[in-house]
Amino acid sequence: MVEILHGKPITLSCMGVKSAALRAMSVFTTPIPPEEYLRLVNPLASSRQLRGVVTSVTPETPTSATITFRPGSRWQPHQAGQWARVGVEIDGVRQWRSYSLSAPAGADPAVTVTAIGRVSTYLVRNTKVGDIVFLAPPQGDFVLPAGPRPLLMLTAGSGITPVMSMIRTLVPRRKDADVVLVHSSRDRTASLFTDELQELAAEHPGLHLVHRYTTDEGRISFADSGDLDRLCPDWRSRKAYVCGPTEMLDAAHALWERTGLPDTLTVERFNTALAPEVPGGGGQITFEKSDKQVEVDGSTPLLLAGEEAGVIMPSGCRMGICRTCLTPLLSGRIRDLRTGETHDDEGELIQTCISAAAGPVHLDC
Amino acid sequence: MTITADQTAAKPAPGPLTPAPIPPAGTKRTGVLPTQGRPVERPAAAAHLTDQQVEELGDELDAIRDEVLAQRGAQDAAYVRRMIKICRALEVGGRATLLFSRFKPAFVLGTGALAVGKILDNMEIGHNVLHGQWDWMRDPDIHSTTYEWDFVAPARGWQHTHNDLHHTWTNVIGKDRDVGYNILRVSEDQPWKLRDLGNPFVNLLLAPLFEWGIASYDLEWDMVAAGFKSKEAFKKDLNAFKKKAITQVLKDYIALPLAGAVLSGSGRRALIGTLSANAIRNVWAHSVIFCGHFPDGAEFFSEEMIDGETRGDWYIRQMLGSANLSGSRIFHTMTGNLSHQIEHHCFPDLPSNRYIEVAPKVRALCDKYGLNYNTGPLPKQLASTWKKICRLALPNELPWQRGRAAATA
Repeated sequence: MVEILHGKPITLSCMGVKSAALRAMSVFTTPIPPEEYLRLVNPLASSRQLRGVVTSVTPETPTSATITFRPGSRWQPHQAGQWARVGVEIDGVRQWRSYSLSAPAGADPAVTVTAIGRVSTYLVRNTKVGDIVFLAPPQGDFVLPAGPRPLLMLTAGSGITPVMSMIRTLVPRRKDADVVLVHSSRDRTASLFTDELQELAAEHPGLHLVHRYTTDEGRISFADSGDLDRLCPDWRSRKAYVCGPTEMLDAAHALWERTGLPDTLTVERFNTALAPEVPGGGGQITFEKSDKQVEVDGSTPLLLAGEEAGVIMPSGCRMGICRTCLTPLLSGRIRDLRTGETHDDEGELIQTCISAAAGPVHLDC
Repeated sequence: MTITADQTAAKPAPGPLTPAPIPPAGTKRTGVLPTQGRPVERPAAAAHLTDQQVEELGDELDAIRDEVLAQRGAQDAAYVRRMIKICRALEVGGRATLLFSRFKPAFVLGTGALAVGKILDNMEIGHNVLHGQWDWMRDPDIHSTTYEWDFVAPARGWQHTHNDLHHTWTNVIGKDRDVGYNILRVSEDQPWKLRDLGNPFVNLLLAPLFEWGIASYDLEWDMVAAGFKSKEAFKKDLNAFKKKAITQVLKDYIALPLAGAVLSGSGRRALIGTLSANAIRNVWAHSVIFCGHFPDGAEFFSEEMIDGETRGDWYIRQMLGSANLSGSRIFHTMTGNLSHQIEHHCFPDLPSNRYIEVAPKVRALCDKYGLNYNTGPLPKQLASTWKKICRLALPNELPWQRGRAAATA
């Protein structure tokens, strides 16, 4: 089972020849990587940033679409259930979001995106075949078990995307598959992959499908085991996967704990850590590498706060010109003291000399 | 958190501008400069302005910056990507053509394309990317923390002397080491030394070897001697330079001519081609850059007088200390938009393609506040720079002039 779930291995000899050729070319292109020149003819060539070209955009529901891309050669094939960060340029600025990959293992990656929030809405509404997207390698532990086991998938809304990858990988390829999918959605039109799931269930006895339309039937209750006993009587003997809104994950987790089976439940959580803007600013700054914390007001530059706390911080002009002080913002919200603009993108490089905390801030220094 | 000058402190008499040993930059102020107050001494060319007017000027310049920031977007990103594409095509095309430079047209075309490619890479792309003008795009290929240029001085070291020291302390004698790059006398305010007799010759030599001059300058030999730069830091920089220099020399002067020799017997011509392309770029960059702060009319300042500088005064120093070049759109691009030196110094992190639209607004503000806006075509500004460098080979006052002054007194 393991082999088919982990995708095809890449031909290593081919990679070796390619990297040797690139190294030889770099003698003529240094300090610029040869890929920068290859990109004149191949838009996926890049030494720093994995790229993909969009090969299809398929509307799924009125507010969602599946976007498939052919990734550049450094992409590692994903396991069913994993997610990847996808970068897209909006108004010239690269924005990254994490999406579960809905395509089966071994296939070109695809994400199924629902138009909620700026980036997802942009992806659903504006993506065209041929567009270039930026990718980070797939990751995540929400993957199929190593050996064959009866499975229960509990999903709600767009939480079905990683599970869809698992079902597409497992059900058509394994005769011994035994999967119960209980998928909740608002109604028939809002439900993702309905036709394909019904076809799969009709064709393969290994997939048992339960659609729950919450507008009519209400949400599944995890307060006690009543709902589950009815929907999937042998749920206690199945390895369970749950993916959906946070309340659902918490409630399911609690139920499995109470039943004494916490290890048979795998939960996929998307942390949308929102950094609220604190009026007046200020807050606690955590310097992760130095393991130091300080409380500051909303007008103290992060650089000064760090130096006063004994953190070794890069610095230059100390007035926002030279960018020597660029430091990755791990989480939280900062305010540019010149413009009043706030920033809260994880991983964004910020100028500590002219930025102050606008709430709790974690810095990578 | 900004630190304002102690207003009650007794004003020191503006003494002679002797370059004091240079302490590490910016040990006292962090954050945004104050909007109100005044420096110890406002330069003569701006002495007619009241504190209130300087504050308003600062606000108006801030507003110009904010306006561009609000519009910055997909079009700007497309501009820099197009520039990079053109540049890469010229470089790879130029190098490929030089492989067959035994044929004269290939030699001329290849050398020209490579020279223009290098100029675009170093100036319109490299210089500006390394300033962080394109960091907002969050593209790791076009970012101040990753970009490396086809120039022998390693980008990181250059960022320190240029972005940090030069742009923070523009034309402050003793602080801005770009004032003469430690080897030239470019201001009357620099005390004359015997070695300055060589001023025109040093400059003549520096022009075609500019990239090597800058690489050496960025190592800050003198700072190590003076004890302001640690030996370890110097060693690290020196190693980075050696590594870069070896790969640059290998690429331009060994690998390409060798490939040309093997392919078409064009080895010697290819070598002349790469040497010429580098020399053309060096002379061009040297000329443009020297016109940025050294033509007549560009002002210099002392460290004592700028103490307590406000945001508005900082802008005034940038405007009075810089000089523009006038010309066509293509000319501006070929100078890396350093032809808009005044705008670049006021807003070093605005995308370079925006300086052309910002320039008339900055000029109008200079007119409004009665400040000199130093601009002119390249031949005029370059002649002025060279004349000055020749003139300053000699002391400000020659012994017999001093004698005459004393006699009249």
